[in-house]
Amino acid sequence: MKIVLKNVNLLHPEQKINEKGKDILLINGVINNIGSLSKEDLADAKVFDFSGKYVVPGFFDMHVHLREPGREDEETVVKGCNAAANGGITGIACMPNTEPAIDSAEVVEFIKKQAAGHLVDVNVIAAATLGRKGEIISPMAELREAGVVGFSDDGAAIKTSAILKRALEYSMMYNLPIIEHCEDEALAGGAMNEGVNSTMLGLPPIPSIAEDLIVMRDIIIGEYTGGKVHIAHISTKRAVEMVREAKKKGIRITAETTPHHFTLTDDAVKTYDTNTKMNPPLRTQKDVNEILTGLKDGTIDCIASDHAPHSPEEKEVEFDHAPNGITGIETEIGLALSELVHKKILSLDELINKLSINPRKILNLPIPKFEEGQPANFTILDIEEIWTVDLSKSKSKSKNSPFDKRLLTGRPIAVMNNGKMFYEDKFADL
Amino acid sequence: MPLSSKHLLGLQGVPREDIQLILDTATTFREVLERPIKRVPTLQGKTIVNLFYENSTRTRISFELAEKRLSADAINFAVSSSSVSKGETFKDTMKNIEAMKVDMVVVRHFAAGAPHFLTKICNANIINAGDGIHEHPTQGLLDMYSIREKMRKLEGLKVCIVGDIAHSRVALSNIFGLKTMGAEVSVCGPLTMIPRYIEELGVKVIHNIDEAIQENDVLNVLRIQLERKAREYFPSIREYARYFGITEERLEKNGKEVLILHPGPINRGVEISSGVADGLNQIILQQVTNGVAIRMAVLYLLGTLK
Repeated sequence: MKIVLKNVNLLHPEQKINEKGKDILLINGVINNIGSLSKEDLADAKVFDFSGKYVVPGFFDMHVHLREPGREDEETVVKGCNAAANGGITGIACMPNTEPAIDSAEVVEFIKKQAAGHLVDVNVIAAATLGRKGEIISPMAELREAGVVGFSDDGAAIKTSAILKRALEYSMMYNLPIIEHCEDEALAGGAMNEGVNSTMLGLPPIPSIAEDLIVMRDIIIGEYTGGKVHIAHISTKRAVEMVREAKKKGIRITAETTPHHFTLTDDAVKTYDTNTKMNPPLRTQKDVNEILTGLKDGTIDCIASDHAPHSPEEKEVEFDHAPNGITGIETEIGLALSELVHKKILSLDELINKLSINPRKILNLPIPKFEEGQPANFTILDIEEIWTVDLSKSKSKSKNSPFDKRLLTGRPIAVMNNGKMFYEDKFADL
Repeated sequence: MPLSSKHLLGLQGVPREDIQLILDTATTFREVLERPIKRVPTLQGKTIVNLFYENSTRTRISFELAEKRLSADAINFAVSSSSVSKGETFKDTMKNIEAMKVDMVVVRHFAAGAPHFLTKICNANIINAGDGIHEHPTQGLLDMYSIREKMRKLEGLKVCIVGDIAHSRVALSNIFGLKTMGAEVSVCGPLTMIPRYIEELGVKVIHNIDEAIQENDVLNVLRIQLERKAREYFPSIREYARYFGITEERLEKNGKEVLILHPGPINRGVEISSGVADGLNQIILQQVTNGVAIRMAVLYLLGTLK
């Protein structure tokens, strides 16, 4: 099929493309021509007038919980991918804390099979240790052969320094990152950030140093081994500062943060809304400010949602009993545009780096190119549209987000990848 | 003037006028409690459920008595924590109770915010009878009532809360309520039992019990919860008693009159010596009596809101 995207702005920081008012001709999902289209090109093509909209390399979310296998009542691979497409994401990496954990080639293959043929590319992060128990490292070579792009015991940090050292040494052979959920087990276990709000709300606190200590450990062991450490969902001021210093010293470390950690503070917990309970917890304004600085100065490489679906029966309970996590894959682009681009923390170029280029680099994945002959892997953005989040329209199986009814500026309007398009709430073949 | 909220979830943010109204109303009911017939028909026809997710004797009895003395129909619903694991959620339990057409719910729960959660899922008036380590507003109110009864004022008084502040729901309610009423509030205890950032609530932190006695008009001595996790926060009971316990010798040494409160149940010889617990400066049993009057006042004011 011939498709023309008319009058779009092309933006691709990696290729140094920044062009306004171009047309793109796609034939069967492959870029045929960019720029100067003749009358014949347009003749039998389906034309989408995207005047003023931005076409950018498809966004990538490197921290998603798909819950399959194990908790298909909360999310499935397909539903999670549908939500990703609706959120303007063309590729994801899914986390291994499923039941069973992703620690064998069979589970990787199962997930890949579920995702086959979808618009959204599903990349698998495998457990760093068997059963995420922190005792024996997972069969990393075999897992890599099955296609995994990184390792993590997400939900918790790798249990001991000795195992982390071993995991880094082993994964280094394949240049794959160890993605760390940084939290000291002995200091963990609370329900919200330790601060004046936890004191006032009477909720068991998690001190920020629980995160800082493990970030410190990981930097030191990362430097010692030379392995690739990636800090997941960084949330504290001190952790950002330590990563900044480590990068200056040339240590191989990268970091991501989430939209909720750059948007909300622990003030949001005051309603006891369990959709403000996540791990790491929402922190203070000081932490948010440092995260914004870290995003701006490049300390924080990526933005990832930590999309964590939970069933209503699990979330509609007392705060102490509710599980951690919120859905986020459908609101992350809107939040990033509203909170970062429109508030002049990041340029649109910088945002594309954090949401498309950098995560793929960290996971050694190819970066979509804007060139003739390349498959179309696009996110199309309307950066000015003002819209209201409506969870009832979410494509995810779960609706546990604190952002329902929030007013945002800027949204993804379409995505294209794998010969498919998602636009106006529908999937179509290109 | 009626109360400004249909629930009593905590004393944080409760306006001064509301606290004043509750304390003044309690004075009336306090007088009722001295009558030969201690019952008024005020809440006749109202149904109140005491929903207790945690063991409690005195608070439950106090509420139950208050309800009966107001002629309300009182129902006790004690849920052992094991039934949580049996499967019925808190929400479903509450929905079932509400379906039986109750007007007010008095809830004690081990999870902070549980009463707030109830206000979102049902229409009854919700009264917090203690949620986790968050608040216990009627205790705060009865403490203030008892102090005011004895000292004739709250404004300008110096009150120190002594003990395990971090694991106490009484401390926060006292802090919020007393500060609203113009008292100066401090806390005293081992630093492991003082929550971080409590100074941000406008509270002074004292680590020396003698200093606390010297500086204050009132000591509200909290129970050291020997049965809880709190036990891990200090080295030994002996050490606690020696350095933070209120004893006659200590009071004598400081040569200063202070009013002693204790929300009970007391651990004699731990946070308070028998001599002090039975001595002239304490009002521990008055607090218990006043508790019924305060709970009558709260139930009456909320139950008759239009």
